[in-house]
Amino acid sequence: MTAVAPPRPTGPARRRRRPALSGRAPQDTPAGLGTYLLLSLTFLFAAFPLYWMFVIATSDDEALAKLPPAVVPGNRFLANLEEVFSLQDVYFAASLVNSVIVSTVVTASVLFFCSLAGFAFAKLRFRGSDTLMLLVVLTLTVPNQLGIVALYIVMGRLGWNGTLLAVIAPGLVTAFGVFYMRQFIVNGVPDELVESARVDGATTMRIYRSIVLPAIRPALAVLGLLTFVATWNDFQWPLITLSGTDYPTSMVAVSDLASGNYVIYRRVLAGAFIATVPLLVMLFVGGRQIVRGIMEGAVKS
Amino acid sequence: MPTTRAAPPSSHHPGSASAAGTGRPSGWRDRLYRFDMRYLPYLMIAPFFLLFGVFGLFPLLFNGVVALRNYRLDDPTLPYWAGVANFTRLLGDEDFWNALYNTFGIFLLSSVPQLLLALVVASLLNRKLRAQTWWRVGVLLPYVTPIVASTMVFSAFFSRSFGMANWLLAEVGIGGTGDAAIDWRADKPHAWIAIATMVNWKWIGYNALLYLAAMQSIPRDVYEASAIDGAGPWRQLWRITVPMIQPVIVFTVVLSTIGGLQLFTEPMLFDLNAQAATGGPNGEWQTIAQLIYKVGWKDLNLGYAAAMSWALFLIILLVTGLNILLTNRLSGGHR
Repeated sequence: MTAVAPPRPTGPARRRRRPALSGRAPQDTPAGLGTYLLLSLTFLFAAFPLYWMFVIATSDDEALAKLPPAVVPGNRFLANLEEVFSLQDVYFAASLVNSVIVSTVVTASVLFFCSLAGFAFAKLRFRGSDTLMLLVVLTLTVPNQLGIVALYIVMGRLGWNGTLLAVIAPGLVTAFGVFYMRQFIVNGVPDELVESARVDGATTMRIYRSIVLPAIRPALAVLGLLTFVATWNDFQWPLITLSGTDYPTSMVAVSDLASGNYVIYRRVLAGAFIATVPLLVMLFVGGRQIVRGIMEGAVKS
Repeated sequence: MPTTRAAPPSSHHPGSASAAGTGRPSGWRDRLYRFDMRYLPYLMIAPFFLLFGVFGLFPLLFNGVVALRNYRLDDPTLPYWAGVANFTRLLGDEDFWNALYNTFGIFLLSSVPQLLLALVVASLLNRKLRAQTWWRVGVLLPYVTPIVASTMVFSAFFSRSFGMANWLLAEVGIGGTGDAAIDWRADKPHAWIAIATMVNWKWIGYNALLYLAAMQSIPRDVYEASAIDGAGPWRQLWRITVPMIQPVIVFTVVLSTIGGLQLFTEPMLFDLNAQAATGGPNGEWQTIAQLIYKVGWKDLNLGYAAAMSWALFLIILLVTGLNILLTNRLSGGHR
């Protein structure tokens, strides 16, 4: 409360309706009430289906048929779940285990093989490396869903259809993983560090283990989260190769819950909710990394 | 000393000095070193190329061979080669053209609003925000949600008798309840809108983050210059921001084209009788990816399904190219 305090803009100047007129970049302009309101609406739009999934998952049949619709959770969550887990042909409990196995193996493999290849492309000199890297970038754009018929035939020859191997094998490496790792290692691992390790007599694998891996831990987290989410959520190929077997993934099992003459939504959505929870936990814990991974991918493209 | 000369000269090999201490012949280590430098890089990239080759590239090429064959799982007695019969059949197949029509209808209804709303959300996020990270994580909720799960929620949401969609619309005077209720599975426009809603919900936040990343890398002085013209936030978005982030917009158009034309899970599970893969009683919302699944694994005609996959591949290439041209034109590609 001193008299010499600089006069702060008051009145009309502060209530200016067009903040962008100041010439500041948008990201330097503090958000107004309107922005927060619209963002809250966006958030509601994004979150509501998930919330409503939980509402139905916890309700009985009557609550679902009610108009206006129920908007508060009921108390039948455990009862609905018990039904889901006890359905004979759905193998729901096993499907969750299968999804954990598939997603974990695929994620571990993508992290290992893609960081290895990314390191080679980023820091090692070998003949043809530029051409081979170009090949990787080209394969980024190939929609391999379109080879799905032939993939089924290949898996048939190998005798893997209907087993988890059929779902795991095609996911073991991704072109995006190699690309992303290479980009990160080019900038994230200093050349001098690699060179001095060589002078000390370190082998390539030794450098990978004790210099590259520690330096790229953030990128591993990002790629790991994105890969896990994508693998967990994959539906078309697992449906083709696993449906009707005793080894469904959780997505196939949820779709099995919905098959039949009459869809019992409280049951389907109780199963769907359980199959979604692991990903919500990952988003809650690793949200910062997932956001960063997506945004970094955008700038690099 | 002759003994030290016995080892081949290895000026590039810093480890040879320590090798002497272990008592091993240094030639062995030298060979190891050469292997490490010359061949190991190939060994490190080999798993990617091998696995991708076997399970990615080979199926894609082999698909072309299968398309030229009679490959029926239920009738192996047919002649091996079919020539172009699968492709000529495709041209006269009403199901195929219907699925193509549905795919494009749903694609238009989902990609255009999706990318426009993503731009709006991105420009909302592109402010100095409290709890900035949490807003960004929040818009990603749909991105991590399995499409299988969200489609089942929307399937209930668009149910005729008890769906929340009909109740909400009735509140604002559209449709009604009881007999006046909208049947979202009865005709193309309603089914397309319902499915497009699911696609939009899923991808708006993800695309918004892609745009946001690009927006934040626009040099700040561009905006300083724009203040002189007296551009408001809305005009600023369209006149400055959008042209500046044009490469990313093209990228998202490509992504949503490739994804949208292969739409499978949403139309599959929106059907109350999902196992049939017909996309409605009369194929109201059957997409091409869904038709490929039906032809291949319900009708057991893999040869024909492979031909359809190739047709879809060509269509995706064509439409992606067209969309890149169109986007460049619309978002100010004259830079």
